[in-house]
Amino acid sequence: MLPSSTPYAAYLCTLLQPPLLLHQLNFAAIIFKPLGLILPVLVVGHALVLHEKQVQAFQSIKRAHSAAAATAAAVLCFAVIFDCERLAPGLIVVKVNLDNPSLASGMDSSNPIERSSSSEISFKSASRSLSSNPSRASRGNSVRTGSFHDLGSRPVRLGSRGGDSEMFSGSQKEISDEDARLVYLNDPAKSNERFEFAGNSIRTAKYSIISFIPRNLFEQFHRVAYIYFLIIAVLNQLPQLAVFGRGASILPLAFVLLVTAVKDAYEDWRRHMSDRIENNRWAWVLVNDQFQQKKWKDIQIGEIIKIKADDTLPCDMVLLSTSDSTGVAYVQTINLDGESNLKTRYAKQETISNIPEKDKISGLIKCEKPNRNIYGFQANMEVDGKRLSLGPSNIILRGCELKNTAWAIGVAVYCGRETKAMLNSSGAPSKRSWLESRMNSEIIALSVFLIALCTVVSVCAAVWLRRNRDVLDTMPFYRRKYFRDSKQENYNYYGLVAEILFTFLMSVIVFQIMIPISLYISMELVRVGQAYLMIRDTQMYDEASNSRFQCRALNINEDLGQIKYVFSDKTGTLTENKMEFQCASAWGVDYSDGKISTQNQQVRCSVKVDGRIVRPKMSVKVDPQLLELSRSGGDSEEVKHVHDFFLALAACNTIVPLIIDDKSDPTAKLMDYQGESPDEQALAFAAAAYGFMLIERTSGHIIIDIHGERQRFNVFGLHEFDSDRKRMSVILGCPDGTVRVFVKGADTSMFSVIDRSLNKNVVRATEGHLHTYSTLGLRTLVIGMRDLSDSEFEDWHFSFEAASTAVIGRAALLRKVASNVERNLTILGASAIEDKLQQGVPEAIESLRTAGIKVWVLTGDKQETAISIGYSSKLLTNKMTQIIINSNSRESCRRCLEDALAMSKKLRAVSETSDNTGTSSDAARGPVALIIDGTSLVYILDNELEEQLFQLASTCSVVLCCRVAPLQKAGIVALVKKRTSEMTLSIGDGANDVSMIQMADVGVGISGQEGRQAVMASDFAMGQFRFLVPLLLVHGHWNYQRMGYMILYNFYRNAVFVFVLFWYALFACFTLTTAINEWSSMLYSIIYTSLPTIVVAILDKDLSRRNLLRYPQLYGAGQRQEAYNRKLFWVTMLDTVWQSVVVFFVPIFAYWASTIDVPSIGDLWTLAVVILVNFHLAMDIIRWNWIFHVAIWGSIVATFICVMILDAFPMFVGYWAIFHIMGEVSFWVCLLGIIITALLPRFVAKVLYQHFTPDDLQIAREVEKFGHQRDIAAEVEMNPIMEPPPRR
Amino acid sequence: MAMSPLLDDDTTLFDVNLDGTSTSEDGGYEPIPAPKTKSKKPPPYSRFTQQELPACKPIITPKLVIASFTFIAIIFVPIGIAALSASNKVVEIEERYDRECIPPIYSDHILQYIQSVGTDKTCTRRLTVPKHMKSPVFIYYQLTDFYQNYRIYKSSRSNLQLKSKADEGSELKNCGSVQTVGDEPIVPCGLVAWSMFNDTYSFSVKDKALIVNKMNIAWESDKKGRFGSDVYPKNFQAGGVIGGAKLNSSIPLSEQDDLIVWMRPAPLRNFRKLYGRIDVDLEANEEIKVEIKNNYNSYGYGGEKLLVLSTTSAFGGKSKFLGIAYLTVGGFCFLFAIVFVIIHRFKRRDIGDTAYLSWNRSPVGYYIK
Repeated sequence: MLPSSTPYAAYLCTLLQPPLLLHQLNFAAIIFKPLGLILPVLVVGHALVLHEKQVQAFQSIKRAHSAAAATAAAVLCFAVIFDCERLAPGLIVVKVNLDNPSLASGMDSSNPIERSSSSEISFKSASRSLSSNPSRASRGNSVRTGSFHDLGSRPVRLGSRGGDSEMFSGSQKEISDEDARLVYLNDPAKSNERFEFAGNSIRTAKYSIISFIPRNLFEQFHRVAYIYFLIIAVLNQLPQLAVFGRGASILPLAFVLLVTAVKDAYEDWRRHMSDRIENNRWAWVLVNDQFQQKKWKDIQIGEIIKIKADDTLPCDMVLLSTSDSTGVAYVQTINLDGESNLKTRYAKQETISNIPEKDKISGLIKCEKPNRNIYGFQANMEVDGKRLSLGPSNIILRGCELKNTAWAIGVAVYCGRETKAMLNSSGAPSKRSWLESRMNSEIIALSVFLIALCTVVSVCAAVWLRRNRDVLDTMPFYRRKYFRDSKQENYNYYGLVAEILFTFLMSVIVFQIMIPISLYISMELVRVGQAYLMIRDTQMYDEASNSRFQCRALNINEDLGQIKYVFSDKTGTLTENKMEFQCASAWGVDYSDGKISTQNQQVRCSVKVDGRIVRPKMSVKVDPQLLELSRSGGDSEEVKHVHDFFLALAACNTIVPLIIDDKSDPTAKLMDYQGESPDEQALAFAAAAYGFMLIERTSGHIIIDIHGERQRFNVFGLHEFDSDRKRMSVILGCPDGTVRVFVKGADTSMFSVIDRSLNKNVVRATEGHLHTYSTLGLRTLVIGMRDLSDSEFEDWHFSFEAASTAVIGRAALLRKVASNVERNLTILGASAIEDKLQQGVPEAIESLRTAGIKVWVLTGDKQETAISIGYSSKLLTNKMTQIIINSNSRESCRRCLEDALAMSKKLRAVSETSDNTGTSSDAARGPVALIIDGTSLVYILDNELEEQLFQLASTCSVVLCCRVAPLQKAGIVALVKKRTSEMTLSIGDGANDVSMIQMADVGVGISGQEGRQAVMASDFAMGQFRFLVPLLLVHGHWNYQRMGYMILYNFYRNAVFVFVLFWYALFACFTLTTAINEWSSMLYSIIYTSLPTIVVAILDKDLSRRNLLRYPQLYGAGQRQEAYNRKLFWVTMLDTVWQSVVVFFVPIFAYWASTIDVPSIGDLWTLAVVILVNFHLAMDIIRWNWIFHVAIWGSIVATFICVMILDAFPMFVGYWAIFHIMGEVSFWVCLLGIIITALLPRFVAKVLYQHFTPDDLQIAREVEKFGHQRDIAAEVEMNPIMEPPPRR
Repeated sequence: MAMSPLLDDDTTLFDVNLDGTSTSEDGGYEPIPAPKTKSKKPPPYSRFTQQELPACKPIITPKLVIASFTFIAIIFVPIGIAALSASNKVVEIEERYDRECIPPIYSDHILQYIQSVGTDKTCTRRLTVPKHMKSPVFIYYQLTDFYQNYRIYKSSRSNLQLKSKADEGSELKNCGSVQTVGDEPIVPCGLVAWSMFNDTYSFSVKDKALIVNKMNIAWESDKKGRFGSDVYPKNFQAGGVIGGAKLNSSIPLSEQDDLIVWMRPAPLRNFRKLYGRIDVDLEANEEIKVEIKNNYNSYGYGGEKLLVLSTTSAFGGKSKFLGIAYLTVGGFCFLFAIVFVIIHRFKRRDIGDTAYLSWNRSPVGYYIK
């Protein structure tokens, strides 16, 4: 069972390294930390939200790997439970390994040992499986991008996942008999005989009716807060400590448990419903040599299933045969990884010809145990005595849809919850908001208060008992001695020490709500409400992609109001990722004039296929001159090269042509190109527009319609794109018998393989054009070609066959073969593709910058492209000083950084002096922009230069990183996160952004063209980049202000009540008698005061949306932590003490030595406190709408009613007390006096504060209400200060 | 778990379907409009979800501040004056008698004196009426340092037992050390009833006895709701130690007004309890002779005993606190109003003056006009 020691050790490293590195913790610290945390853990009611995640991660590890590795994971989980706050990010990193196998183990691993057991991976799968475009440089497979190879053997720390994952996957290379599952084809009985495999019914629901109560309770009690509740309730059950009645003490706990349980039950019920629908879908299953309909849930492993076009697959199956004679099936994996393109899957040649109804199929599949790697599969199949090896291209997964294939037949290998789709369905990520972590330190302060209060009470009690020890026996109200049968016994007295202890514990029970446990529930409800409002915001609905805003993480709403750094991806985030072919340079001639000319033809050439007219789905602007050339049949060299250029565009890709119905014109058909990369699609459409239309692609050949003439090209091989070579190539057998290799790729990689001695001028001209294109912000690709001689082809073919069937190091071998053939190329030309900026991006960036948010753009694009996009998106302006760092060694990096730092300091000094003199002249050269490329970052990240980079970057208002790999993106985010406590946000749309999205405090995913991986990893998802502005400036601002106020208010609300109880304890002989009815004190935070704070925290608006958007500077309030900070907390606490003193002592003095009784004065206190805290809240409400009126006045009325009801029970001592006391004038006089007097200092302070140091929000509010003769905007222009001065 | 995201199903794989279709179908090309799936309609507009409910937004302006302080002052000062004058009108006679009622010979053996059954504990005090006392004149007894709110003491009673005869034996546990005599339950049980105050007063003016009206000194609600008319005292004060008053076992608890008054716990260690009423006016300078049966043992714990005769006002008894407090607060508010008038006059800040915005202020600091 134990894996060999090396992978095991490596695996341990995978698990333990990230947290260690990220937090400079050592293992010992993890172990010893809990000791110091026992008290906080007890009193700080942390909801252990991470728990579920840990369990999941733990289980998946256990499943996929070995028990030993799981032990390591358990150690980590244990550590995390105790120290979730510090380790949470670390855990997330670990999670990446497990949740995103695409990142962890790579889609097309270049790792030599991986899948070494699949000895016979078919030619097709090797050549076709993946993307081939530079735009994908940063897609899922680019975890090991070329830049890291420059590092040699030095371990890449932040990028450690790539390296580790090789080990990770290495541990699962061989299928030993114990680890395998045996599936007998068409013999479910035998397949399931030895092991009870999971059926195909799925259960996403957590509970059944029977298990609901115990399981739900068990899960709820994972929260420390509830355990605190429970301990208090249990303490109260001890007869010596029973301060409250049984019912009253259990009520709060029961209430929160019930609320949560109802919510869980509802959610689970919905899951049950969707499970039922899912389980009852129909599928065709081979039973008794006939395909019959069967419900999904009844499908068993080993059964043979037939899928028809557009059907969803019910389980994971190994393909046996398809309608295609070569055994190809196309599947859409959108449900699995969100990629909308079609993927090809292959049936094995040996099984293609079998027809299940007639031929009895039998065989045995030996496959690995279920795991969650959706890009990996390995198995062996024995059919007709032959042993075949199966790989990821032979399996089709549950949740995918069969497309473009009439039918497919497969055998079920993983069912139900063991399918890869189900194993991958993980919940949303969970993070903890900054506000909440800050709040916890205040909670510790409150627990210190609590302990202090309890200590005071118990010490006083001790002193009193000691002082009166002689008379205790006879005191009429104490009477310690108990005479029974003429014997004297002590009654209710356990000795001084025990009495002190009891008093202490009792006071903990009485003062328990000092720790505002209801706050946690309130916060959850508030966040749900806030999320609801964000989701429903019509201004964050994207019509183009028809997608609403999504709130995937509910814990960090308020972080949106404090963002200081935004890290943005470029492609697909700032831009639309809708690639449009703009212009081309063919054979050294730039054909971009047509773009400007008026005769901008929208040519749609069409071809006839099966008698129908088929047109490309997308029209492309064409250059008339180039079109003319491409049409002309002449034999000139120029024409030939232009032809080759377009042939390369049409052929050198992995596009699958699809003919679909034209909705506007029923007679015509449209040609759609399905492909993984939008760039390839754009190129294929461009080629089609110029008359080179790709019509058919099968495994061995492609058909291209060249100006009405169909030509068939044999595809001998395809070297897929990889991020080391940054190019792809295809070896085509042309109709004229020649064999050519067409290569396309990024300019840097292409010019190294182009033979410069040939056509020097063309090469030089093309280089010039490339520069022009990229300056325009276009994405460029260079196309090259070479004729292969027969011998060359033979050599290549031999080595290619050998490499693609190699057992060990297949990827490396293939790469070697590719680089052998991709050399001495003739340049054909270059293409330029435009990726349009999304709507509203410049304005959005402008707003964010004005709001004091630093926008960093991290892109995989070229520097020129990035800079030009920077200009068009207003990220860069002419006013800015640009610092560009392109270095090739660590030394030069260091020098660059030092120079840059010196320069930025100088600039800063200049601009400061100019500010001081008040002249905003040109002397201030404006802000600084830093532009740095990935190669330089390789030398800077993870060493001492980081610090310098950070210093430099923090003086720059814009940072542009180009040519960065996904892990570098995460590294940059980590660089900032590590050094500052300011909030970071990452926004991106593709799989390459996943790491950075998870690294940042807030991750935002754009549900765009590149699938849903980013969305799946994000905390918030939306359709457009520009929504970031309302999200941060409006919702973030509101959320932060509301949550900050709510936390403070909840502290205050509970503390004021506790203090009133405490003062009374001092007057009740320190015995914790409560004047306030025990039910009232339990209902206090449930009914009397809870609703208004929740409603206000969801709905109160300090400023209107319009003004927040108009003056983005107002966002600074969140960055400066104005709504919640330590000062506010202590001021609030002081106010709390004053208010409690007023509430308590006014009735005490008013009724000093009078006939009033306990329940009456208790009712007065209850009502006074409740009215006071509600008025306090009312005083701070900014916008009164009817809901607040209902909530606040309603709460007060409800309190009166509750108190009256409680006083209507003859069983209570307080029977009818409220009615008696309400008849007295002094009651009302007291009440009025208490409320005014208690609120007076707060009001005066507020007025003075607002008068002398008005903050921005307040002025903006005043402007909003009254307007002002001078417009703010004019002011801003007169005196522009780019960054608000720090006020902290 | 409560922390699970709101749209849980959006995160499960199979619901992603719908999202996914919409993103894929649009494919990026304009000619084909994206198909509208049901779940992905634009969110319906409502003023609530757009957070645009009509609302009023009060702003603290100098005028509002001055007005509200003045208003509070105008309300508070008259109330304060009214409360003070009401308190001044109340005539109160307080007579501490616990020490004076100990015969000098027993001054060294107070406990012995008070605990002995046989001795005559009658003691006579003379009180002078300072001012005309309009009837009704309430008679209170006041105890100090007696913690009726002591937790164990306060709950040492059986509410069920007091309410009905059927529950005579119920909740006896609450009664702690005063539960039973032998196997018979004590009615009323518990320390509270056991320690009932048992000094008695009789008054006479010029040798003419004043009738002490003991009707309706307890709350009607208590008599009807909490003390049963069929519950008669039983085994009361029959245990080893006698705490206080004895009850006439032929009168039901609902008629035992003194007990009912005593059983309402006082919130502080110094408290008064209503003893009775004198329904005639007392003239100024009249001398009242009080005959006190000094039975209650407050000496054991060092408490005082006072006899109080007092009239009442709308604000209750004689207490200057509320009046002074109201006058103080009202005065402060008036002061604040003036201060703010001055501030508004001399250190004016225009409402909504954008010059104070942090990004408009010069780095040197802002100024006040």
